[in-house]
Amino acid sequence: MSATVTEKPTPAERRRTPSRLASGRMANAGRARNKTAKKVSPRHQRASITLTVLMTLMLLYCLVPLFWLLVNASKTKEHLYNSFAFWFSGPFALFDNIGQVLTHGDGIFVRWFLNTVMYVVVGAGGATVLAALAGYGLAKYKFPGRRAVFAIILGALAIPGSVLAVPQFLLFSGMGITNTPWSVIIPSMVSAFGLYLVWAYASQAIPDELIEAARIDGAGEIRIFFSISLRQLAPALITVLMFAVVATWNNYFLPLIMLSDPKWYPLTLGLNQWAAADSSVGGVPIPHLVIAGSLLTVIPISAAFLYLQRYWQSGLTAGSVK
Amino acid sequence: MTDASISSSSHTADRIRARISKEAQPAKGEFRKNKRNWSGWWFVGPFMLVFTLVFIAPLLYAIYLSLFRESLIGGNAFVGFGNYMLALKDPKFWDATLRVSIFLLIQVPIMLFLAMFAALALDSARLRWVPFYRLSIFLPYAVPGVVAVMIWGYMYGSQFGMVADLNNFLGIELPSPLASNLIMVSIGNIVTWEFVGYNMLIFFSALKAVPQELYEAAEIDGAGTFRTIWSIKLPQIRGAILIATLFSIIGSFQLFNEPSIMQSIAPNAITSYFTPNMYAFNLSFAGSQFNYAAAIAIISGVITMVVAYAAQIVGNRK
Repeated sequence: MSATVTEKPTPAERRRTPSRLASGRMANAGRARNKTAKKVSPRHQRASITLTVLMTLMLLYCLVPLFWLLVNASKTKEHLYNSFAFWFSGPFALFDNIGQVLTHGDGIFVRWFLNTVMYVVVGAGGATVLAALAGYGLAKYKFPGRRAVFAIILGALAIPGSVLAVPQFLLFSGMGITNTPWSVIIPSMVSAFGLYLVWAYASQAIPDELIEAARIDGAGEIRIFFSISLRQLAPALITVLMFAVVATWNNYFLPLIMLSDPKWYPLTLGLNQWAAADSSVGGVPIPHLVIAGSLLTVIPISAAFLYLQRYWQSGLTAGSVK
Repeated sequence: MTDASISSSSHTADRIRARISKEAQPAKGEFRKNKRNWSGWWFVGPFMLVFTLVFIAPLLYAIYLSLFRESLIGGNAFVGFGNYMLALKDPKFWDATLRVSIFLLIQVPIMLFLAMFAALALDSARLRWVPFYRLSIFLPYAVPGVVAVMIWGYMYGSQFGMVADLNNFLGIELPSPLASNLIMVSIGNIVTWEFVGYNMLIFFSALKAVPQELYEAAEIDGAGTFRTIWSIKLPQIRGAILIATLFSIIGSFQLFNEPSIMQSIAPNAITSYFTPNMYAFNLSFAGSQFNYAAAIAIISGVITMVVAYAAQIVGNRK
């Protein structure tokens, strides 16, 4: 990786967007690695049956619950109770269930979905931007207070997040922003893990000479960041974004503490509220909607995750897992 | 386990610490050309602003809160370490701490063993369709914890689910996974399902970074598969094993989502003080005992840090 990124971008490369550039490099690096691995490695052997069987068992363990979700999301409420749980039964009601999920309670599910998208776009997007700026700043600038910044982040990180939940709520409550989107978005914008990844990556991938050359050409620090450094950081940023998106989409604890009005709920909290109707006294159980709603919650994040995950390994091996 | 950002941020701390100690002797030429000036703050400033608001201020506030006690007459009174003394003698708190400790000692080794097995299998060159296995085993990590608990909760249930079907099919009455004697196993299974793929990928990425020359040398020396695993692969990825372990320790002590969501389907098996985190949460939001909850959370945090630190010392010892 470092070999490719230390090259100065050619004019042709400069015209490409950072992400395309990154994926191009990634693919090349991957291909090159695979090729050499095949040539050099004497370890390529026949597939082991024992290993295949054991790994398939593990695969089933991981996928069967998701299969269960798909199967049961396509059953009517009646068939949920009296049919074999792991195969389709009765009329195929998937689309009917989805329709009901989207219209139940005046379309509150759609609202939850849009809330979640908003939290992810602003929260995870903001986390990536802040981590990119700060990681780069720590890696490439020596400024007064730099060590103090390190020490503070480090010290605070050693503290489990649950310690902070209650005082966070009380502080936000004092500021009058609990039960608003800000109470979920602002804490989501801090990704110390992201900061670390960007920092580790920027230290290796952006040569000081490149920045210095731009300075001699008269570019300002902010301009250097946006026109030169950002594209070099692209692979790390995609990794940071993936983590932040998954964490924000799946967040439960934080909105549970901060939000009391269902109209600001994300999907996770909303689904839990629907599920609670199953067991609460006097509530009308709607398990078919909970299950179909869960499926609708899982699909977008799985798709985004499968799309982004290929960059994860390259981001991790770029400096973290050594 | 609570959300990944919290947990992963804590194991990050560890790696940053390692980095900083390296930085004590800066690499030759580093910063040579970058003048010492304030422009770095343009980049670090925005992060630090938000960080102060969501991390530092609440932490200081938690410490402040834990030193006071709300009383019916006289409002808030300073009690020093009174809340801490109370917490240290609170059987509910120790019950919760013991429960997550047992969870840590049983669930974490099983999960990490499975993850390591899968990573070694993917890396072994004796398995076909490696990307397919890797993605499928990793996929549960993307499933929201709430949905994971619901799916498993329904499957555990006696109304419609796996256990109900097994009971019908075999004509017997299996012990319910939601009974109080099995609830920890059931929760452990959900946590394992959610995180085994994540840990597998940490191990797998580290295995990919092991230099090829080592394998060639081992082959020349006539080392077999298991010998290579034991003498080369495992020692080479010790850092990744340590990280995954620390991550799991913190996750176990913070256990909240799974038992909290399952409480509605297993109300008799899961108490309001099932884990330290649940206890602090319920004290605050059901009982309005914010001061005492802050003390509980801080003690629990200190215990977590001590255990994580101990694991690190053991892990770094050769």
